[in-house]
Amino acid sequence: MTAGEATVTLFGGILAVLAAASLVGWVLARRQPAGVPSPVIDNLNARIRAWWVMAALIGVAFVLGNPGVVVLFALVSFAGLREFVTLTHTRRGDHYALAVAFFVVLPFQYYLVWIEWYGLFSIFIPVYVFLLLPVVAALRGDTTRFMIRIAEQQWALMIAVYCVSYVPALLTLPIPGFEGRKVLLVAFLVLVVQASDVLQYVWGKLFGRHKIAPLLSPSKTVEGFAGGVLSATALGAALWWLTPFSPPQAALLALVITIMGFCGGLVMSAIKRDRGVKDWGWMIEGHGGMLDRVDSVIFAAPIFFHLTRYGWTP
Amino acid sequence: MTQQASLLPLLAGSFVTGSARLITGVRGNWQGALPDPRPRIYFANHRSHGDFVLIWTVLPRALRRLTRPVAAADYWGRGGIREFFGRRVFDAVLVDRERFSRDEDPIRPLLDALDTGSSLIFFPEGTRNTTDAPLLAFKGGLYRLAQQRPEVELIPVWIDNLNRVMPKGEFVPVPLLCTVTFGAPIGAEADEASLAFRERSRAALLALAPAAEPPP
Repeated sequence: MTAGEATVTLFGGILAVLAAASLVGWVLARRQPAGVPSPVIDNLNARIRAWWVMAALIGVAFVLGNPGVVVLFALVSFAGLREFVTLTHTRRGDHYALAVAFFVVLPFQYYLVWIEWYGLFSIFIPVYVFLLLPVVAALRGDTTRFMIRIAEQQWALMIAVYCVSYVPALLTLPIPGFEGRKVLLVAFLVLVVQASDVLQYVWGKLFGRHKIAPLLSPSKTVEGFAGGVLSATALGAALWWLTPFSPPQAALLALVITIMGFCGGLVMSAIKRDRGVKDWGWMIEGHGGMLDRVDSVIFAAPIFFHLTRYGWTP
Repeated sequence: MTQQASLLPLLAGSFVTGSARLITGVRGNWQGALPDPRPRIYFANHRSHGDFVLIWTVLPRALRRLTRPVAAADYWGRGGIREFFGRRVFDAVLVDRERFSRDEDPIRPLLDALDTGSSLIFFPEGTRNTTDAPLLAFKGGLYRLAQQRPEVELIPVWIDNLNRVMPKGEFVPVPLLCTVTFGAPIGAEADEASLAFRERSRAALLALAPAAEPPP
């Protein structure tokens, strides 16, 4: 299958799944007696509508090619960083540091991904920004809660910019015999991890009994986790033809990224709980904020990148 | 609207609300009141020059044209780009702050605007709050408006986070999420003294503020 045929097959499949989901949502809404509101069904339909929009945006990015994918995830980072920093303890003395984070660090990280400079994009935020950004804050002379503030800034950049940028960074991997198809690797990662989220939600709603982390996230259940991870792993194996992996390898990588995705959901829930909010924001109807939607991808992308780089590049 | 809406101010208005959304992702919480075209006074906390822009942005488009900010003539009426935005884009009701406390009937232009069907965005603190206190004491303007137009709904509006986006004296905004919360209208009570009204309306506005968090 050529890259073009694979892309068409893939988006055809996504379209069919979304159409089926919309149909199910429509039937559920119709079966609901008139005048009796059902928040669960309304939320389900809002989520499905948002999925159409997200699939369309990714589709447009794919049509535009590598620049489209880089710009799309730069925008994801912008929205995510905005949500993350909103919940941190910023003071006036952080203003320059934050402006630098948004308007210098974020664009520069994506520029490095764009020019495929692996040696710098993989250490720019963990090394250079880590050491230099606190200097910007320190020069303003406000020491109140200084360590908390700089730690939160670094975390915000690592989560919302560094980790997210690993998704388009997949386009830079020099995998022999995989030239011209790397965007399919992006599709594999995003599709498997997001499908795992959806499948965990569906399995949990249908069969969920035992809460897995009641203090963090009351909606996550053992049944949802197991069913979601296993079915997403099976999906990953079935999508091996998108990737340079064999079917068992695709299954193993899918298992790793779905478990990382689950962990991402837990960690990000712990932060939300600590800050006393239910959602990161309100950007995506039915889902919450951008970070609510991509928390699993954030934790999966760097691991997926480095495993693939270790195993499949010379 | 006193002026014929022409293309340039409309485009400039869309640019302003679009920028506000891009930087702040602002969301309106219609907690105690719903959008309504009848004349109203939205009274809000004031920490930034962008405050009324955020309120304006979350209003439905049809109400935006009917809702006029009350702004200081010495800032927005000075000519040039500010005057263009003040008069043509936002259609502000400009008041002279110097005369405000002395003149016999300084709120006349505001009453006229209400009487012709406009709503007002009003900052009862009278000036931008640059202190650490969440809200300054209210000046008397809101009281006088309420006494003279008791049928007009007074809606408290809390603007959250904009002071973090653009602290005083900074030039580059930092993108952070902002919310605009609309509370339940407070009614004017007959024979209520100015001080009692000012405290009651201030408490209603302050009640919309998110709880201050103790430092870790």
